[in-house]
Amino acid sequence: MIEVKNISKTFGDTQILYDVSFTFEKGKTNLIIGQSGSGKSVLTKCIVGLHKPEIGQILFNGRDMVTINNREKKNVRKEIGMLFQGSALFDSLTVMENVMYPLTMFTKMTKAQMKERAKFCLDRVDIIGKDNLYPSEISGGMQKRVAIARAISMKPEYLFCDEPNSGLDPKTSILIDELIKDLTEEYQMTTVVITHDMNSVLEIGDNIMFIYKGHNHWTGNKESILTTKNEEVVDFVYSSKFMKMYREKII
Amino acid sequence: MIGQMFSKPEKFKVYWNRLMEEIVQLGIKSVGIVVLMSVFMGMVLVIQTASSIDSPLIPLYTVGYTSKQSILLEFSPTIIALILAGKVGSNIASELGSMRVTEQIDALEIMGVNSINYLITPKIAGSILIFPIVILFSMASAFAGGYLACYTTGLVTIDTYEYGIQLFHDSDMLYLQYALGKTAVFAFIMTSISAYQGYYVKGGALEVGRASTRAVVYSSILILLFNYIITQLVLID
Repeated sequence: MIEVKNISKTFGDTQILYDVSFTFEKGKTNLIIGQSGSGKSVLTKCIVGLHKPEIGQILFNGRDMVTINNREKKNVRKEIGMLFQGSALFDSLTVMENVMYPLTMFTKMTKAQMKERAKFCLDRVDIIGKDNLYPSEISGGMQKRVAIARAISMKPEYLFCDEPNSGLDPKTSILIDELIKDLTEEYQMTTVVITHDMNSVLEIGDNIMFIYKGHNHWTGNKESILTTKNEEVVDFVYSSKFMKMYREKII
Repeated sequence: MIGQMFSKPEKFKVYWNRLMEEIVQLGIKSVGIVVLMSVFMGMVLVIQTASSIDSPLIPLYTVGYTSKQSILLEFSPTIIALILAGKVGSNIASELGSMRVTEQIDALEIMGVNSINYLITPKIAGSILIFPIVILFSMASAFAGGYLACYTTGLVTIDTYEYGIQLFHDSDMLYLQYALGKTAVFAFIMTSISAYQGYYVKGGALEVGRASTRAVVYSSILILLFNYIITQLVLID
């Protein structure tokens, strides 16, 4: 479980986050949604410790990421897996080496054990026979899946996914969403997904936080988001033609 | 940045492998171009020096002696360092810059890897270790280029050139130490400046390109400045 309590973050004279609080539950996919520039990515970077908020607490099972020392922060980070918007696979390493990388750095496994674990993770995300290819030689959807395999290779407690569907076709997006949800339930991880894709919201949104102009504006789940009367959320959810048609039909 | 650079590595074996990779990438892979340029520069030096000697009072072995001094003191350590600053500096800045804009550095940090220590320290250590050896190759190649020029042009006989090269042996060791020492300083300058420019890139591809340019320009200027400072400190009693 991750508890975010009263987080505020400023860059220079611009305040990005205002007193944001939320609880990300274990074994569930917790979504942070909102328009571009609303502060989703800044909030995520604060949670994983890449930015330091001025005020507030970020508790990873009770350990406050804001106040703990660097060594403890490193230990918390070893429990985090992260899927980046652009996959962030290491260009110079093959698919297999990318997945083995965290194991090489932080475990005492033998090379054979590492290979076995990496193979298991790659099989789990349905990447077969691509071990020796470089990231530039596989498709965007495959890169995302390899990045997921790398993220789960250390059996993380927490999984962060920054816009996992960006740049993917709708069918591949659904596959990635389903994979994230399945893995979350299978490994009982606390999963945090940052997205503005409504398909993902309706597919995997167990817990949803809607960020609006740096505030936690609304919280709910994939059912309640369709029926809320909150003006900004309604604007966000029903912004596409398809969703507008859907709304007219249900009304 | 300096503090993180020298912090204890997560796993020594991984860092040792990284050091070896960087030695190959930055040093061994530069040997070809360095040798090629040094051979031609050695040839040109011999021809230019030989052509400048008009007076019959100046012995022809001066060609070998002057070429040796130029190669040892300035051409190999400084000119080749400037060429390496262009090749290696832009390579380091663009590599790290691309890793920054594609979030690969963030990925390392989130995994708990000290990215500065993992990415930059092996580059600096590797270049300090390997560049003096590359410069030795450069010196040997430039001397060989001189021989080649003597052989092809006949301006000076090979024996005379060789005699000139072997003159005043005693000071050569000091000059060699001075050349290799300043090469190590130049290696530190070019890799640290380039790594800094690449590591702290903000933005996209355009910024990566600008960072590469800045890396080469700043490294070259600092190499020339430190060349003057070191020369003054070492060669003026």
